[in-house]
Amino acid sequence: MKIAVCVKHVPEGTSHARIDPATKRLDRSGEGAINPFDTNAVEEALRIKDAQGGEVLVVSMGPQSAQDSVRKALAMGADAALLVTDDAAAGSDLVGTTNVLAAALEPEGADLILFGQQAGDSDGAVLWAAVADRLRRPVISQVAELTVADGKVTGKRQTEFGYDTIEAPLPAVVAVSDAINEPRYPSLKGIMGARSKPQRAVTVSELGVDAGGVGEPGSKTVVQALNDPPPRGDTVKIEDDGSAAEKIVEYLAEKKVL
Amino acid sequence: MRTLVFLEHHEGELLKPSLGVLSKAAELGGDVSGVVLGSGVRDLAASAGAYGASKVYVADQPELEKPLPQPRVDALGKLVSDQGFDTVLFAASVLSADVAAGLSARLGAGLNWDLTDLVQENGTLIGKRPALGDTVYVDVGWNGEPRLALIRAGTFDPRESGGEAEVEDFQVDFEDFSLGANMVEQAHAESEGPSIEDAEVIVAGGRGLGSPDNFKLVEELAQALGGAVAATRAVVDAGWYPYSTQVGQTGKTVSPKLYIACGISGAIQHKVGMQSSGVIVAINKDPNAPIFDFCDLGVVGDLHEIVPKLTELVRQRKS
Ligand SMILES: Cc1cc2nc3c(=O)[nH]c(=O)nc-3n(C[C@H](O)[C@H](O)[C@H](O)COP(=O)(O)OP(=O)(O)OC[C@H]3O[C@@H](n4cnc5c(N)ncnc54)[C@H](O)[C@@H]3O)c2cc1C
Ligand SMILES: Nc1ncnc2c1ncn2[C@@H]1O[C@H](COP(=O)(O)O)[C@@H](O)[C@H]1O
Repeated sequence: MKIAVCVKHVPEGTSHARIDPATKRLDRSGEGAINPFDTNAVEEALRIKDAQGGEVLVVSMGPQSAQDSVRKALAMGADAALLVTDDAAAGSDLVGTTNVLAAALEPEGADLILFGQQAGDSDGAVLWAAVADRLRRPVISQVAELTVADGKVTGKRQTEFGYDTIEAPLPAVVAVSDAINEPRYPSLKGIMGARSKPQRAVTVSELGVDAGGVGEPGSKTVVQALNDPPPRGDTVKIEDDGSAAEKIVEYLAEKKVL
Repeated sequence: MRTLVFLEHHEGELLKPSLGVLSKAAELGGDVSGVVLGSGVRDLAASAGAYGASKVYVADQPELEKPLPQPRVDALGKLVSDQGFDTVLFAASVLSADVAAGLSARLGAGLNWDLTDLVQENGTLIGKRPALGDTVYVDVGWNGEPRLALIRAGTFDPRESGGEAEVEDFQVDFEDFSLGANMVEQAHAESEGPSIEDAEVIVAGGRGLGSPDNFKLVEELAQALGGAVAATRAVVDAGWYPYSTQVGQTGKTVSPKLYIACGISGAIQHKVGMQSSGVIVAINKDPNAPIFDFCDLGVVGDLHEIVPKLTELVRQRKS
């Protein structure tokens, strides 16, 4: 079984990231890390591999620094990595990213392609359905429990109405929920071994994707303007020094909600 | 503008969020249609007229019976191309997000998500989108047509404006891969326990509790305050607490006078279900947790230390 896992390199602590007012793109100059939601996808791939054998390929599109996130997945136990890194791809929206990732995944012929629950910087929770359409494969999203057996995947997932159970024949695309597992920490051995695992870096043109289909030229959405959020009441922030409970009670009494 | 609104339905009723988006589309003007996809759903279509659709397209086929996205991408791909819609709007849901994204790939069309408003500025459609944990409000637009948009859950209320809609049937040919996924079991929400929607005080627990057993910390505090217990999707999905207590995008929307969040990061999908609460108190050990951006009182600390003390103090005060 060959499993591909899509991971994104995102700015750390996303609620404090910023959009660069000049380029209107996410400022990626600060510290980055693997999108935490994608470590659940990596973990799930490793569990399937541990139980049934096979190989796990990490696939990512991002700046050179995305290397760090790819390494993290390799350190967790993935076998190989494919990083699409190309200035031409910067600024890609959903359509542009779909064009690139589908082209990267297609020749790999994975039986199962896993996605995380959402990219912490975009909060899209959409990419898998677009990639699955392009690859012409069945897709199951929001999966909180996954079984792979007899050439098919079965996923249990939450909707607004309760829990559905959905099955699909392999090859298939699955996006997992952050509750599906507890991602492992890389072991020292894993970290040491990551560097020597096969890692390919490719450009967009090497994938055969037309430059007009990626980056800003290939994007079908635009950021027009950035505005401040509407003001909200002040937040009082305290650090617990042993008296937090008392302070909470005082605050609640003051606000007359006790 | 020629707008198509995806009308989601469940157990024989069109869903309110979809009708809210339809009302908004009618307010923006132009030619507004709805589309209903399913099996045995033809009767639902005409009622959308009251919310501003002049026409409702219906594909009524057995392949569309289960709420799975890919057959719906086939249906919408064909309808949008054949009828030349320039705008397709969706009320965000687990189903519609996958449909919208699939349609984006099928048509090479731009998709903007999480919109909280749509406006016309000098004849151009602009979406308003809070991003990065709502710390910046972005105006988004589209290059080319059709323009696809997912509207954040609960943004627009349905408003009755019009009359009857003309109903037009259409027939869908399905791709093989679109029929690959199969709904083995379609569950319905079981409602256990008292409803959290009417509670004046809610104490909510997230993954920071560390284990299902620790929900008792939250339960005891709720009991002392005379309130109800709620949970995040992460702990509901993990089986720690019942689905009926989940707050957020796919769960309940609540607005108690007091909401105490214990070990909850404050993901956007949780926030949309509780942001209109009166006073929001957050206890989280990570000073950078997004929840500190939208609470009234933020306490950085270990909930295992703080919550039992808090329960004790509340008990003393109340007795
Ligand atoms: C389509 C879709 C729909 C969704 N719908 C919903 C929904 O309806 N409701 C919902 O809640 N989520 C929903 N989500 C999931 C959401 O994105 C988050 O994954 C989820 O809310 C996270 O839950 P959490 O805060 O419990 O867990 P985490 O994000 O893991 O946060 C746990 C927090 O606990 C803190 N913590 C850990 N230990 C301690 C301690 N000892 N003391 C104090 N704090 C501690 C950590 O710092 C962390 O901030 C949805 C996601 C998608 C994609
Ligand atoms: N640039 C990228 N490279 C690889 N995978 C990605 C990328 N962006 C998003 N993903 C994957 O798609 C999922 C959903 O992303 P999104 O739809 O942007 O929220 C993430 O959890 C990742 O698994």
